[in-house]
Amino acid sequence: MAGKKGIFLLALLLVLVIIFSTGMGYIKISTLDVIKIIIARFYNDGHLLRGIDNIFPYVIWEVRLPRILTSAIVGSGLSIAGVIFQGILLNPLADPYTLGISAGAAFGASIALILNLSFLGMYSVPLFAFMGAVATLVVVMALSSSGGSVSSNNLILAGIIVAAILSAGISFIKYVADEQVSVIIFWLMGSFGSKGWPDVFMTFAFVLVGFGICIFFARDLNIMSLGDRSAFSLGVNTNRIRMTLLVTASLITAVCVSVSGIIGFVGLIIPHLMRFFVGPDSRKLLPASALTGAILLLSADTITRAVLPTEVPIGVLTALIGGPFFCYIFMKRRGVAGNV
Amino acid sequence: MSEGPVFELEEVGFSYGEVTALDGVSWRISPGCFWGIVGPNGCGKTTLFDLMARINVPATGTVSYQGRDIREYSRKELAREIALVPQDFYINFSFTVREIVLMGRYPHISRFAPPAARDLDVVDEIMELLKIDGFNDKYITELSGGERQRVVFARALAQDTPVLLLDEGTSNMDIRYTLNLLDMVADKVETGKMTAIAVFHNINMAATYCRKLAFMQAGKVVLQGNTDEVLNEQSIKEIFGIDCRVYFDDYVGARQVAFRRNRKV
Repeated sequence: MAGKKGIFLLALLLVLVIIFSTGMGYIKISTLDVIKIIIARFYNDGHLLRGIDNIFPYVIWEVRLPRILTSAIVGSGLSIAGVIFQGILLNPLADPYTLGISAGAAFGASIALILNLSFLGMYSVPLFAFMGAVATLVVVMALSSSGGSVSSNNLILAGIIVAAILSAGISFIKYVADEQVSVIIFWLMGSFGSKGWPDVFMTFAFVLVGFGICIFFARDLNIMSLGDRSAFSLGVNTNRIRMTLLVTASLITAVCVSVSGIIGFVGLIIPHLMRFFVGPDSRKLLPASALTGAILLLSADTITRAVLPTEVPIGVLTALIGGPFFCYIFMKRRGVAGNV
Repeated sequence: MSEGPVFELEEVGFSYGEVTALDGVSWRISPGCFWGIVGPNGCGKTTLFDLMARINVPATGTVSYQGRDIREYSRKELAREIALVPQDFYINFSFTVREIVLMGRYPHISRFAPPAARDLDVVDEIMELLKIDGFNDKYITELSGGERQRVVFARALAQDTPVLLLDEGTSNMDIRYTLNLLDMVADKVETGKMTAIAVFHNINMAATYCRKLAFMQAGKVVLQGNTDEVLNEQSIKEIFGIDCRVYFDDYVGARQVAFRRNRKV
């Protein structure tokens, strides 16, 4: 299913999932009404809304769509970052959080939550999470680079060390947090509840630009899997491209984590799943993973929002579904090729 | 091919931190030559190749390619001039063999363009020559060490460059494929299509294929010249510290080195 046709089908599927899930929820809205409301908005055509409950456009436009789009964009961003990290670190076990970015974001968010910072209103916590993530990235890069080049082993090690320190810090904050501890824990498990249009636009801007940069270097990323010497001799400046892609993928991750909390497994599983279907060529793998990540995270969020009797934190749900699924792929692949 | 030297190294030095890897290497390589580099482990052979492929730049001295300082070339220009078969090669992602060989054409294909018919033809031709057309759609991760090395070799040949650097490029192959590949390189050199420089651990293989040899020791090229002149009992003794016998072998058609067991009992 590789190629343009597959990408087109995935894009179509994404649009369908968005429309269906918009109709689902506490208030059921028929698919036809959803389409009418969206078209009416775009063409500013009030006639289409005749016979539709007055509250529906508000529910769709102000409550559901921002959440749905944010979850799709975050799923997309985490999957793109996963492809990049696995490709750059030449390690199929890498994910967007390998460099400790999630721990940095969580630490930043915990500080904002425990100090009850609210000088930026509802954006204080995401902003602190983002700063925590970026600061972690800077520290990990500095720790692992020597003479202008970074080795993947050093990066992974530095990421683990920094994440361990930050986790201890988070535990300490939880310990002294007293009443806010439940708020912190809830944030850490991830949620798309009460996302607004600013979240949509911000994540979309980062993920779109990031995707552009990644796809520009996709061919070089393929060549870099041959190892540095071979890549250099094929005209690829591995050091510069590795840095560019690491920073890009990390910023995508940082912005995703800061709006949604820590959502595990998406960035690890989607690239694996897609490699199974389209092969390891990043030029196909990136768009396929971006679309599939959007579809799957949106579906998972819809399940917790509209299907389950009580809302389960999305980070928990993705790990609960994703973990066993990953085991399945892993077993299957091991039977086929002996390597991931 | 132009008359001037392909490579000209002048007093080239390089070090990894405190450790000196190359110390004043001067070397001139004329076009249409098959050079062999021989020397003990850790004498700087791979480092020398890294400088000649501009994976690193020399700390002192200059490396010139076709009369211009190699630093003046863009990376992409160089990738169309010099191909490298690296010593170790490991790949973690299951690209197909054909995809890997096609990567050798990337310096000739612009970033977002699909490969042209000529690129695919070159790939087919080389895969057939190297007898790896049988595993077109096999995954690189499924191959044995020797098979993988043939794929890497094919990738470098697909680059279609006037210069080929072989860093122990046949070390994992069986004797049949070693001869097969070196024959191919030697033919290209003799028909004036290529200049090849190869690191060998097997001195006899170097003597069989290379008309010129360079001996390296402790970061220096200590002896260089025609194989018939520089390959002798004395030079092997000086560089490797072992006794041997060097003789002209009629069957091989070149000088060969015979070793014997160093008896302690």
